[in-house]
Amino acid sequence: MKSKGIVLIVAAVVIALVYFSAYIVDETEQVVVTQFGRVVGEPKQDSGLYFMIPFIQYPNRFPKNLQEWDGDPGQIPTLDKTYIWVDTFARWKIVDPVKFFQTVNNTISAQGRLDDIIDPAVRNLITENRLIEAVRQTNRSMDTFEHGVEDAKDQKSFQITIGREEITKRILKQAQPKLSKFGIEVVDVKIKRINYVEQVRNSVYGRMIAERRQIAEKFRSEGQGEARKILGDKEKELKQITSEAYRKAQTIKGKADAESTELYAEAYGIDPDFYSFIKTLEIYGEALGKDSSLVISTDSEFFKYLKGYAP
Amino acid sequence: MSWDWEKLKEQQQRKGGGGIPPQMSDLFEKFKQLKLPGGPLLILLIIILFFGSSTFFTVGVDEVGVVQRFGKFIRITQPGLNFKLPAGIEKATKVKVRRVYKEEFGFRSTREEARSRSRGGSETASVSLMLTGDLNVALVPWIVQYRIKDPYDFLFKVADVRRLLIDMSEAAMRLVVGDRSINEVISKREEIAIEARNVLQAEMDNAESGIHIVTIEMKKTNVPGPVQPSFNEVNQAIQEKEKMIYQALEDYNKEIPTARGEADRTVKIAEGYALDRVNRAKGDASRFVAVFKEYAKAKDVTRRRLYLEMVKDLFPKLGDKYIIDSNQQNLLPLLNLGKQIGVK
Repeated sequence: MKSKGIVLIVAAVVIALVYFSAYIVDETEQVVVTQFGRVVGEPKQDSGLYFMIPFIQYPNRFPKNLQEWDGDPGQIPTLDKTYIWVDTFARWKIVDPVKFFQTVNNTISAQGRLDDIIDPAVRNLITENRLIEAVRQTNRSMDTFEHGVEDAKDQKSFQITIGREEITKRILKQAQPKLSKFGIEVVDVKIKRINYVEQVRNSVYGRMIAERRQIAEKFRSEGQGEARKILGDKEKELKQITSEAYRKAQTIKGKADAESTELYAEAYGIDPDFYSFIKTLEIYGEALGKDSSLVISTDSEFFKYLKGYAP
Repeated sequence: MSWDWEKLKEQQQRKGGGGIPPQMSDLFEKFKQLKLPGGPLLILLIIILFFGSSTFFTVGVDEVGVVQRFGKFIRITQPGLNFKLPAGIEKATKVKVRRVYKEEFGFRSTREEARSRSRGGSETASVSLMLTGDLNVALVPWIVQYRIKDPYDFLFKVADVRRLLIDMSEAAMRLVVGDRSINEVISKREEIAIEARNVLQAEMDNAESGIHIVTIEMKKTNVPGPVQPSFNEVNQAIQEKEKMIYQALEDYNKEIPTARGEADRTVKIAEGYALDRVNRAKGDASRFVAVFKEYAKAKDVTRRRLYLEMVKDLFPKLGDKYIIDSNQQNLLPLLNLGKQIGVK
């Protein structure tokens, strides 16, 4: 009974010893083993089961995976003196855990170091460049409403020479050398947000409103212009239609008149005297009626028999 | 959704934080408690039970299990009942690979507000406020849908995948919007969504996050409140422009066809006139010719006849007739012209 108890205790101690001397390195971790604060051996960067001297050595765990750093959004003037808020973030990882352990020790103080180094780099690059460089990425031509005068001016001022990506690359380039001594590698720096500061924003709104108004006016006057053009076309076409019709009608009539004249001339030409005789008689019949009074002499052909029958 | 995230976060924290795997410490707790009566047999039984129960685990239909042995990645298991070595040796983490997760941007929900590190106060409060390529300000809200395509990368490569996704989405969306004018931001949402998705996917792949972006869906893009009326004004002006043009066209269409018809009518009338004129001429001519033929045969007598016929027709129609002797020199005294006028 007693020996059984001793065996049990011994077994428990052995198990405890094995347990305390073993440590696990996770996929996301790397470990620097220290002995009374002094680094012992190579850092363990591969995951798996490792052993150490229990109670004397201590595994200091550091993340191996990608960490994120969120910048302090600050008010920065650009080269063209516009105040903007810039919010950046960066991704980093510990590439040299021993250095990291010796200089920074933990990820929270690492964030502080990153603040100290990346934030000024962001400020430098933003101040050195025009606002548009931080906003745009390429020089693709944009669809704006402006045409004519506006067009030439505006599109030119929206041209960039380096662009957002290049700015972030330069921020990275400025920051990286200073961070290497901490065993930190910054993978990239990204601009998350850029916004005008409150006062600037209000004046920008004012500008946007004015710009829109002007565009609206342009559309209205364009509409009026188009409408007038259509009305002008209409007037022109009306004149054209009526005058053409008139011309056609007159031509037709003239032709007919000519033809009839020819016909008459041809027919009546046979005996003009007879024509005038017959036509005159005809016109007497048409022109004289009961409203006409006739004073006639007995000399006339018709009444010559009234005075006598001699021929 | 949030439930899953909390769970995942917890799992990740567990990995990063405590030195001793959680199952291990649980075991110790139990050990201590079981130093109570019951004897070694019971302890043994409980140990066996505990190890036994940790040798199998169920993976749901929408997940896979990621098995780590002493922290090292070993294998991925498929849905169903799976076995592993007992706790302390192998550890299984379930990852929902078929589930589509969703993140919203630019909706001012309270959760969103609390999460964002708005140290600049109201300046950074709005996620959706962004600068366009023509230096205007737009409001761009959107939704990102994504799923986990590589559980290994997802679990081990990036410390906080969700935060990376959120920040990267914002950066990607701003990159795309920054290259477009305010007009394009408002009218070409589809195009922006597609491009932002591509940019975001490339970044997520770059970071080995194991995330597949299913889609980016744009909500209604707009301009900030104070500027909206002027934008509406532009839309109105466009409408007005079209209206004016249509009105002019209406006018045009009302008058031109009528005028064309009128013109046709004028021409037809002229044609009628021509026909009438020519036919009459022809008729008159042939009548004259016919009469003349007969007349030529006996000129004198025909002349007399025609004259007398005329007189016969005309005389009865005439009003007052005065026949004066050819010897009478002055006819005026006989005419009572005044009386005639008085009658009229």
